[in-house]
Amino acid sequence: MTPARTLTFLLSCAAVALPCAAQIAVKGRSVYTMDENAPGSMMIENGVVVITAGKIAAVGPAATTLIPEGYTVIEAAVVTPGLFDARCTVGVSGVLNQRQDQDQLERSGPVQPELRAIDAFNPDDTLVGWMRSLGITMLHTGHAPGELVSGQTSLIKATGRPVDEAVVVETAAVAVTLSPWAQRSGGSSPGTRAKMVAMLREELLKAQDAERKAQSEQQDDAAIVPENKGEKAHSGLRAQVMQRVIRREVPLLVTANRAQDIAAALRIAQEFNIRMILDSGAESYLLAQELRAANVPVFIHPMMARAYGEMENMSTTTPAALLQAGVPVALQGGYESYVPKSRVVLFEAAIAAANGLTFEQALATITSRPADILGVSARVGRLRPGLDADLALFEADPFEYLTRCIGVVIDGRPMLNDTPK
Amino acid sequence: MPHTARTLVRTLLLSVCLGPCAASSPAQPVPTVFENARVITAAGPEIERGVLVVHQGRIVAVGPAGSVTIPAGAQRIDAAGRVIMPGLVDTHSHVGGVAGADGSAAIQPSVRVFDSLNPFDPGFKRAVAGGITTINIMPGSGHLMSGQTIYVKPRGIKRPAEGGGGGVSIDALFILDAAGEPMGGMKMANGTNSIREAPFPGTRAKSAAMVREQFVRAQEYRSKIAAAKEAGKPDEAPARDLALEAMVEVLDGKRIVHHHTHRADDIMTVLRLQKEFGFRVVLHHVSEAWKVAPEIAAAGVPSSIIVIDSPGGKLEAVGLSWITGKALEDAGAPIAFHTDDWITDSRLFLRSAAYAVRAGMSREGALRALTIEGARMLDLGDRVGTLEAGKDADFVLLSGDPLSVYTKVEQTWIEGRKVFDRADPDDARYAVGGFGVGSPTRPYMCCADHAVGAAAQ
Repeated sequence: MTPARTLTFLLSCAAVALPCAAQIAVKGRSVYTMDENAPGSMMIENGVVVITAGKIAAVGPAATTLIPEGYTVIEAAVVTPGLFDARCTVGVSGVLNQRQDQDQLERSGPVQPELRAIDAFNPDDTLVGWMRSLGITMLHTGHAPGELVSGQTSLIKATGRPVDEAVVVETAAVAVTLSPWAQRSGGSSPGTRAKMVAMLREELLKAQDAERKAQSEQQDDAAIVPENKGEKAHSGLRAQVMQRVIRREVPLLVTANRAQDIAAALRIAQEFNIRMILDSGAESYLLAQELRAANVPVFIHPMMARAYGEMENMSTTTPAALLQAGVPVALQGGYESYVPKSRVVLFEAAIAAANGLTFEQALATITSRPADILGVSARVGRLRPGLDADLALFEADPFEYLTRCIGVVIDGRPMLNDTPK
Repeated sequence: MPHTARTLVRTLLLSVCLGPCAASSPAQPVPTVFENARVITAAGPEIERGVLVVHQGRIVAVGPAGSVTIPAGAQRIDAAGRVIMPGLVDTHSHVGGVAGADGSAAIQPSVRVFDSLNPFDPGFKRAVAGGITTINIMPGSGHLMSGQTIYVKPRGIKRPAEGGGGGVSIDALFILDAAGEPMGGMKMANGTNSIREAPFPGTRAKSAAMVREQFVRAQEYRSKIAAAKEAGKPDEAPARDLALEAMVEVLDGKRIVHHHTHRADDIMTVLRLQKEFGFRVVLHHVSEAWKVAPEIAAAGVPSSIIVIDSPGGKLEAVGLSWITGKALEDAGAPIAFHTDDWITDSRLFLRSAAYAVRAGMSREGALRALTIEGARMLDLGDRVGTLEAGKDADFVLLSGDPLSVYTKVEQTWIEGRKVFDRADPDDARYAVGGFGVGSPTRPYMCCADHAVGAAAQ
């Protein structure tokens, strides 16, 4: 965008009296746009991001990008897109780790896809603010691994504002666990791996049938408006969500670590032709080609996850191995049942950057890639005109242990730390 | 120290091979000299271009290039671009397949953690991959007193075919005192981990009362033994009691208490009990030490800090702050770090110091807290923790600055023997992960499991 056009854009915004409270420009010695299509490179030296009405109005070299008069200028050494945690339970599994603030897992039944993350998300939880203070602006949060179908996940901005205002995608995925983590004891099902897969297939078959029925009824009843497509035949919230999975509107987010469990997940993706994202994937490096062939991206476990049990064979070189094979990957803070209650995805990406990823590749795993995989790249993940003005500001290389985060901008609103953190 | 005296001490140290060097395989027929590295001695300013000379398990000399005599016939290694620092001392870890006290009682001082350890556990390999050369292995914190800890060096177990002495017991990793006894401390805890159904305490006050009762019993036991001895009537001495024997070692200061404690009021409770019974103590974790740093400093009690990526996970850690290192440093209290492995990963121990520096602690203080300060908290300050002539040749070779995420531990040496070499693909695996690097199960935490939650993974 040329300076002239930028100015026009800004003036028009003011003219229609949009909420232009946040008229700011962020200057950085290094501005990582993560925009592969931008001229030059993904990094602009001495760059500037002009923000109007919560959106990015312009991105470019400071020398050629006009900052309109009256704009507040914030400066940082390094500016990146707001960081994106591809899979966490922040705001749902609270900081206290007491019964009353742990809403990430409902134990009453193994299959409950109707549980919505937005109904549990607490924007005031300490850990939401903690993540924001370290550059994270977008949380893919919700139900944890631990039940066969534990519930939904949502995309929520880490603004700390009420969830109805902060939510970007209400049902981002349905969380599934194919792992002994979801096994039940005694006479309850599922008690084995094979039973888990059988139960999940039954559930998907039911949804497939219901969807077929709905489609044929729809052909009979021309009066149904398109937005309600498929909702007439459902017999409840559960079926409604699963039919969206069958229609490929919502992906299954399948937590699996052992190669055998990952293979089972891929079998299901193929059988039902559904969209799938592999979650955690400790042994996914063994199946890189299969994942690529099945078009299944991976939200890789935290690099600092504990290497025992199901995850005993995890490796910090998995992101590099999967990228090498052409599998899209993003990184996650994940779910923790103890200490630390939530992992910081910035720190996880730093470990990946030290173990085979380039700086840009590592930064992509916590910005552009999760946005692409979760289908919100028209809103977030890059610094590009028209996208939400979500930025993270750092004193230097954000991956370095000693580099502190200055703060973030979310929807054009600066939320800076009192002292860099 | 006058030069002649220092030489004498060095000669003595070299000629009298104490416990630890006896346990390792004979190494270094000729001296090894590392040249051109940046050397962090942890005993003085960093040396831009330093020389380190090691021989027969000990450090012979260290200093700036030109100031150190290179022994004739020495093997010379050009370490240009590298950083050499003392091997890291982890004051609190659960590597090795730890399973200490069980769920039967809140106070079990007779239990020795080393009776549960597996020297082949890959955790030891991961520790050396992180540059750790001395470890205080502790039982879990689900008890008021969960047993005796053991100080080890992850020297590596080598079967005869691998050039080792054939011993395949955990004993080969022990650090022995002058009397040839394995060294270790006593693990204690307060706060929420040990609060639970009877016979465990239900409240903090009950926790303190139970611990006080135990110490009083130990005092009486010690008095009775002393009285019988004084009277020349050994038959009147009380029957041997393994729990109280260990407690007497605590009362005598031979066995240091390593005390899990997070919240500020819990920290103050430890200081109160310490004052009453006079035991030697290291405060561990100290999430809220930043609130009572002057009090800790005034008590003259050292702290070993855990650095965690976010607060919470349990009530007593909600107040955790990275500023604790700076707060204790400003107050003048001794500080070390620990991994609490599996809570944080041994391979990333350097990272703990970096986050304390990020929040304001001095670089020098943080590097000392990874090395010599931790050694002192284990009564090993005269043997490990700095690069000084006469000390054990325990050191790490880093690819760059110790506080950078991009820096790799390239080599780890214990008592003059290379125990980790990233250039060896088999060793490198332990640094990054893969099959056989992790552990099939997590450490046995007994009673702390209730804090870990139902969805423990």
